Amino acid sequence: MGILNRLDSRIEQFETGNLMITSVDKLLNYARLSSMWQMFFGLACCAIEMMATSASHYDLDRFGIIPRPSPRHCDIILISGTVTLKMASRIKRLYDQMPEPKYVLSMGSCSNCGGPYWEHGYHVLKGIDRIIPVDVYVPGCPPRPEALLEGLLKVQEKIRTQSIAKQIKKA
Amino acid sequence: MPEVRTEEMLINMGPQHPSTHGVLRLFLTLEGEIVKDVRPYIGYLHRCFEKHTEAMTYPQVIPYTDRMDYLNSMSNEWSYVLGLEKLMGIEVPERVEYIRVVMAELQRIASHLVALGTYGNDAGAFTPFLYSFIDREKVLELFEITCGARLLYNYFWVGGLSHDIPANFQSKVKAFIKEFEPNIKMYNDLLSYNKIFIERTANTGILPLDVAINAGATGPILRASGLKYDLRKDEPYSIYHKFDFEIPVAEQEVGTVGDSWNRYMVRIKEMVQSLRIIEQAIDNIPEGDVSSAVPKRVKPPVGEIYSRTETPKGELGYYIISDGSLNPYRVKARSPSFVNLSILPKISKGHMMADLVMILGSLDIVLGCIDR
Ligand code: SF4
Repeated sequence: MGILNRLDSRIEQFETGNLMITSVDKLLNYARLSSMWQMFFGLACCAIEMMATSASHYDLDRFGIIPRPSPRHCDIILISGTVTLKMASRIKRLYDQMPEPKYVLSMGSCSNCGGPYWEHGYHVLKGIDRIIPVDVYVPGCPPRPEALLEGLLKVQEKIRTQSIAKQIKKA
Repeated sequence: MPEVRTEEMLINMGPQHPSTHGVLRLFLTLEGEIVKDVRPYIGYLHRCFEKHTEAMTYPQVIPYTDRMDYLNSMSNEWSYVLGLEKLMGIEVPERVEYIRVVMAELQRIASHLVALGTYGNDAGAFTPFLYSFIDREKVLELFEITCGARLLYNYFWVGGLSHDIPANFQSKVKAFIKEFEPNIKMYNDLLSYNKIFIERTANTGILPLDVAINAGATGPILRASGLKYDLRKDEPYSIYHKFDFEIPVAEQEVGTVGDSWNRYMVRIKEMVQSLRIIEQAIDNIPEGDVSSAVPKRVKPPVGEIYSRTETPKGELGYYIISDGSLNPYRVKARSPSFVNLSILPKISKGHMMADLVMILGSLDIVLGCIDR
């Protein structure tokens, strides 16, 4: 019954109970936002909080967020920590390898803007948005797991409003 | 028999790899599945720690030491403030010393729990990771009620602490000890004496004692090779001489002394000893003011000092040079993970590629500490 509860009133359930009508976008979006596969990839201190969030206490699995080691399986990449200049080109490459539609969540001050290394960090990229587009920023150094969860819910909200059908038509 | 044409294969492992524990890149030369050569490439997390110290005042450096080895922030701060206290001749109140010991040992447990969980993960056992993070979460809660932060605390200040412990701290720690003690047996049953785990780790990556000493290895890695060396006993700082505890070293139990299993097992045994220290310290915390010795301005006299403590990863030292101003002239960090990583090429030759993951995991490196 999960699907029926969460999709809106436009679904009509027929008497036989095994037919329903919805839009392609609604169905696709429902599937996409309930199984955002995350890239298994940590950078610095924030990655430890990311690990703590996916472990038992906060349990990311219940949102369908499962870490995958290959970028080609992933829907979302969490930039969890300080991005150095040496690492930046690698991250760009990882991002390019992810299939569309893809999302980026920037976790922590470092990847938002350079964080504590903003002023004197000669080897630190001052914000991941200089190389890849970011969907959601989560502030904090490190953000609490609750904050990260909130950020991920924001990504879900964003997915809910998008239309894959239109994108395909455009392309 | 016709001659088989063989050819070396060059492979990059990392910097994005689930089992390199961060952004480490290993350049491997393989012959089939056999590792011929490993070259670690580092610098993907170089955050300019030493440059920052020159631009900051002494207390401002403390948060940056937190971020070096982010699994064990308390001990990082301790090495640093210990040096400054010696340089400035500050007598730290007894209460502060006790609280510091409790915090550092709790941090050791938390750090080893991460090592345990991720090591199981490397071996393909996901369950211990979930259990160890439940226990780690309890330790973090203790830190949180004390100083408000879960991971990076800025808690040890020069001459004191940023906050006093809350009223219910002692009872909470005791409750934690009670809950955690039986869990160590659970970890042993889950992972340590698991047959598959032993097959994967025993006798892989044997580190002879002389190689360990020559490379400068410290911490659990050195002790797993059979040398009883721990700064808490051999060069007691703070009030460690008051406590009764043992330094676990590898014994001939499973596999060979110096192998990956022993490196793992030493950490488990250390957690037991840490609990012992906490048990002795927690009831004897004297009354007092934790910030009475905190100076208004940290301005050490001209001079230099090397201070070191035993962190969960090994010996962490800072060489601080003061020119008498408010900023350090230079702070050089000797990071245990950096030195311990240098052993990897020595012990992984001739092993299968899959074993390399186990060897690397047993070294328990933190990239933030290696690259700084
Ligand atoms: S934002 Fe803070 S916690 Fe996160 S990686 Fe940067 S320094 Fe570490």
